[in-house]
Amino acid sequence: MSDAALAADTVLDAQARRPLRLPTWPIGLIVPLLALALWSLSAQRGWLPPQVLPAPAEVWLTLEDLWRSGDLVSHLGISLLRVAQGFGVGAAIGLALGTAMGLSRTIEAYVRPLFVAVAQVPTIGWLPLLMLPLGIGEALKVVIIAKAALVPVTLNTLDGIRGVPPAWREVGAVFRYDRFQLLRHVILPAAVPPIFTGVRYGLTNSWKALVAVELLASAEGIGYLLVWGRQMFQMDLVIAGMVVIAAVGLLFDGALALVEQRLQRWRERGA
Amino acid sequence: MSIPRGIVLPLAILLAWQAASSAGLVDPRLLPPLQAVAAKAWALVTGDAIALKLGASLLRALAGFALGAALGLLLGFLCGMSRTADLLLRPSFQALKSIAVFAWIPLIALWFGFGEVAPVVFVALAVFPVVVLNTWEGVQAAPHRLLEVGAALRFGPWQRLRRIVLPAALPSILTGVQLGLIHAWLATVGAEYFLAKGSGLGSLLIEGRDHFDMPLVMVGVILLGSIGFLLNRAALLVGARLVPWRQAAA
Repeated sequence: MSDAALAADTVLDAQARRPLRLPTWPIGLIVPLLALALWSLSAQRGWLPPQVLPAPAEVWLTLEDLWRSGDLVSHLGISLLRVAQGFGVGAAIGLALGTAMGLSRTIEAYVRPLFVAVAQVPTIGWLPLLMLPLGIGEALKVVIIAKAALVPVTLNTLDGIRGVPPAWREVGAVFRYDRFQLLRHVILPAAVPPIFTGVRYGLTNSWKALVAVELLASAEGIGYLLVWGRQMFQMDLVIAGMVVIAAVGLLFDGALALVEQRLQRWRERGA
Repeated sequence: MSIPRGIVLPLAILLAWQAASSAGLVDPRLLPPLQAVAAKAWALVTGDAIALKLGASLLRALAGFALGAALGLLLGFLCGMSRTADLLLRPSFQALKSIAVFAWIPLIALWFGFGEVAPVVFVALAVFPVVVLNTWEGVQAAPHRLLEVGAALRFGPWQRLRRIVLPAALPSILTGVQLGLIHAWLATVGAEYFLAKGSGLGSLLIEGRDHFDMPLVMVGVILLGSIGFLLNRAALLVGARLVPWRQAAA
């Protein structure tokens, strides 16, 4: 038998062995459903006091309550506004800083060590330092969230610009592009996918930083709901808040991952 | 003679700081003179309380790291090697992972109180996802050809793990462990803000804030950053020792 025939045979074989493909995602529901069942059972039997683990139905009621009273929308709105402001500032500075360092080795040599030193201290470490001059108002939140976004955006922008293949720059040189044209037509389009990855990390980081800063110093927002629930020993409120935080996190990440995929596809075709 | 360009900017900032504070342009409570910060640092370093505090923090970080990394390796290998386990567990893992880590604090506080358990649990929770993800990625990266060779040599599952999967996965696993160590340190400080009262570097920072003691806060932040840097360096060195083929693979 020739190689080609052999290959065709194995392909057919593989197809025959897998006649129909059931979707596999329902399998992923088994564990959560089991956990939910166990949770309900434990609540029903009173294995744990409700201050430790309230019934799932109670958490759901709390969520419904929060939604109907408008509390959820207003707290979430405040939190999202804070993220938008902080992330906007941080990403803008990060893009500028990363582009400047990416384009000029001189700027990089001057700025990078200081930047690394600042990035080295985790966002949570800057909190007490910034609380003294800024107080615990909105300025603190915006600065902390901005710092959380700044680091990944800067580093990915820098890497993205450095990663543009030299051959592409040479093509630009052949076309006698000036600096601006080179940036506009060669470097930026090529660097968009890695930069976007940085933006995605930056947004995820911003959301995490928001939760931390709202836990430590806030009188409103989604993090404050958690603090309130903890102080009142209302576990249902704490868990409801965590569900909302997870949902927003998933939404952010999912939406940006979708955009990222599209950008990557463009890159594969272009490369 | 040439000055390394990287220190120009920090030096300029220090000079401007010194000039501003000696000219009385800034509130000394917000921007204390450099010598006050240096004096505070000296007093801290030569005193004996700091060693205890740092020791307490590091112990928490390492305990939580060990717990989180062990569980993470377990789940990572399980999901990487078995398709069934992957289908069963991964969606739940992804969902739990999307809870911003600090959102666990109130839950942990209510469940574990303010003892030594709560910070360790929180640190483990912060370490776990990154170790899982990198382990999983590493295990998946085992080259198919080598797996086929293993099948041809009739390797059992143990041999397959030992001879093919592990060497291929090790670089990625080490990346996960290294990131986990950084997360552990960060989470320790966070846990000390919210959970453990009284000891550790995090509570030193909070104490400085409460007493409006800017030099203390500044020294604390510098300590925080330097220890993070040292931990990362140590992890890199150990990694280079364990997996000399990592650079080539990456």
